[in-house]
Amino acid sequence: MSEQMTVGTPSPLADPAARVALMSGVDPTPGSAKPDPILEVDHITRNFGGMTAVHVDHLEVQRGIITSLIGPNGAGKTTFFNLITGFDKPSSAKTGASWSFEGRKLDKTSASSVALAGMVRTFQLTKALNRMTVMDNMMLGARDQRGENLVTCMFRGTWGKQERVVEEQAKELLARFKLLEKRDDYAGSLSGGQRKLLEMARALMSRPTMIMLDEPMAGVNPALTQSLLGHIQSLRDEGMTVLFVEHDMHVVRHISDWVVVMAEGRIVAEGSADTVMSNPAVIDAYLGAHHDTDLGDDALLSDEALEKMSEEVAAEDAEREGEPA
Amino acid sequence: MNDIQDILNAMIREAVSPQTAAVAIAVIGLNIHFGYTGLLNIGQSAFMLLGAYGFAVTIKEGQPMVLGIIVGLLLAFVFALVLGVPTLKLRGDYLAIVTISAAEILRYVGRLAKLEDFTGAAQGIPGSQYREPFTSLSFFGNGTFSFWGWGPDLQSTGVNGWWVRFIAWILVAVCTYLVYLLVRSPWGRLLRGIREDEDAIRSLGKNVFAIKMQALIIGGMFGALGGMVYILPASMQPDAMGRSLTFFCWTALLLGGAATVFGPVLGTILFFAVRIFVQGVSDAVVPNSVMNTAQTAQFAWICVGVALMLLVIFRPQGILGDKRELRFNV
Repeated sequence: MSEQMTVGTPSPLADPAARVALMSGVDPTPGSAKPDPILEVDHITRNFGGMTAVHVDHLEVQRGIITSLIGPNGAGKTTFFNLITGFDKPSSAKTGASWSFEGRKLDKTSASSVALAGMVRTFQLTKALNRMTVMDNMMLGARDQRGENLVTCMFRGTWGKQERVVEEQAKELLARFKLLEKRDDYAGSLSGGQRKLLEMARALMSRPTMIMLDEPMAGVNPALTQSLLGHIQSLRDEGMTVLFVEHDMHVVRHISDWVVVMAEGRIVAEGSADTVMSNPAVIDAYLGAHHDTDLGDDALLSDEALEKMSEEVAAEDAEREGEPA
Repeated sequence: MNDIQDILNAMIREAVSPQTAAVAIAVIGLNIHFGYTGLLNIGQSAFMLLGAYGFAVTIKEGQPMVLGIIVGLLLAFVFALVLGVPTLKLRGDYLAIVTISAAEILRYVGRLAKLEDFTGAAQGIPGSQYREPFTSLSFFGNGTFSFWGWGPDLQSTGVNGWWVRFIAWILVAVCTYLVYLLVRSPWGRLLRGIREDEDAIRSLGKNVFAIKMQALIIGGMFGALGGMVYILPASMQPDAMGRSLTFFCWTALLLGGAATVFGPVLGTILFFAVRIFVQGVSDAVVPNSVMNTAQTAQFAWICVGVALMLLVIFRPQGILGDKRELRFNV
């Protein structure tokens, strides 16, 4: 647990200009080298039967910024998360798959050890511990608890003091995520959005160096999304590295310092949000030509557009009539 | 009037009998497995069987009683390891399959005629061959006494005397207190977390496999202790500790309330007492031409089965369980 993690100490990368300056030098191509990578992934593939879900040759994630991972459904984003956090084993395990976190090899490490190394994840389908209180959920997140040892847990004297420290820490985080008044409720009684918040807060209890969020904003109302975004940004400003999967392009554009695009298991593009979103390959594979157009916008149905459409229809009809029956 | 008195006496006798206490200890162990950790152990009788064999055979071979207890607990420890290593990394159902079949295998091994000199085969080991060191510790004296001047005359020592009851219920109290200490601690919180979602706990950097193994071993050792108490007033018979005993344990656990500290004890007492009540009442009320005594005993078991079904439907959290917890069980 490094000092820069302590709440309230701004990281040098809290300044937007510093982040732009840092990343502007990076080549916006898939697998490009970063100035100070915290996570490096090489030759990782995962096959399900004949289907290749993930095939990543090289990826580096820059320390201290928010990197978002986008891509169409089934692109392999979650599988990629599972692989590097130890929840799944790569098919290429014996043929050179390797990844390291802060210089430490992780390819033979269990999921729990990955978390202990400082890389903590959340899940796309929220894993709140339903039949436990919000507070108990939070307390489970703290690491190195003496009371979790089978022998010492029998004697309150050995863990009582640490328990109170952990509880204070949990209260602080709950207050930050506006869940403090829910602390004695069962986690199962929370709404979907609140569970997302709880899961994120619980992950932060272990004071990670890097947090990986799998669709943290899915199913969360706009106001809560705003505050979640605020939390994520403040984590970054305190020096944490954030990697997250998200589908909402407004969100991605709003908070990402760097964007990685996956499609069909491969990294197809990298770059700043604007570079990536103007990349024809990305538009083609993921965003769609009208990604900037509001689908509910009446402009699409303006007189002009309607006129043009009816003209096209008339032209097609004429063509068809011209054909021999 | 006399009938009611008799039925009540029989119920109390059953409720405080050493066998009830023995099953209660095993249920306390099962509660750690299923109630707190969510491990589906359908072979708690195997742990009891191992504890009982370890205890009885060691003493029969002329070793001190303390060694017998240690051997019994050690056998349960090894058995938990052997079952746990291959299955605890898999989904919960696999542990259920493996425990129920391992329990049957163990019972059949105990019955092997080739092992007659050692385990006594199907006949088992008569109590007289291992009970002596235990009864000789008694400070209750000989003779009989009555319970606060009420009820029948009770034996102080002997096969089914109050010395066994006294020790058995003290053990129940000690085990309950141990479980209380365990589950109020962060370790207990970890168990409940694993019951809710293993992957979530893994993502928080906890070694789920090790914790599950610890739970399996601890609960199994409680089972072994229960097995030792179970054979003290009777004889060591492998068939007495078969599938049905496992299911009695499960019924008692669900009746009292899983994941509660006192649920296992209350559930076990009620389970045995209510059965005697049903049997006693149907003996007294139903004429012999309709149901004879053997049939009312079976009828009592049927009632227990129906009661279990009703319980699971209408009060699935058991008597002491918290209804709120259940609402969120998705």
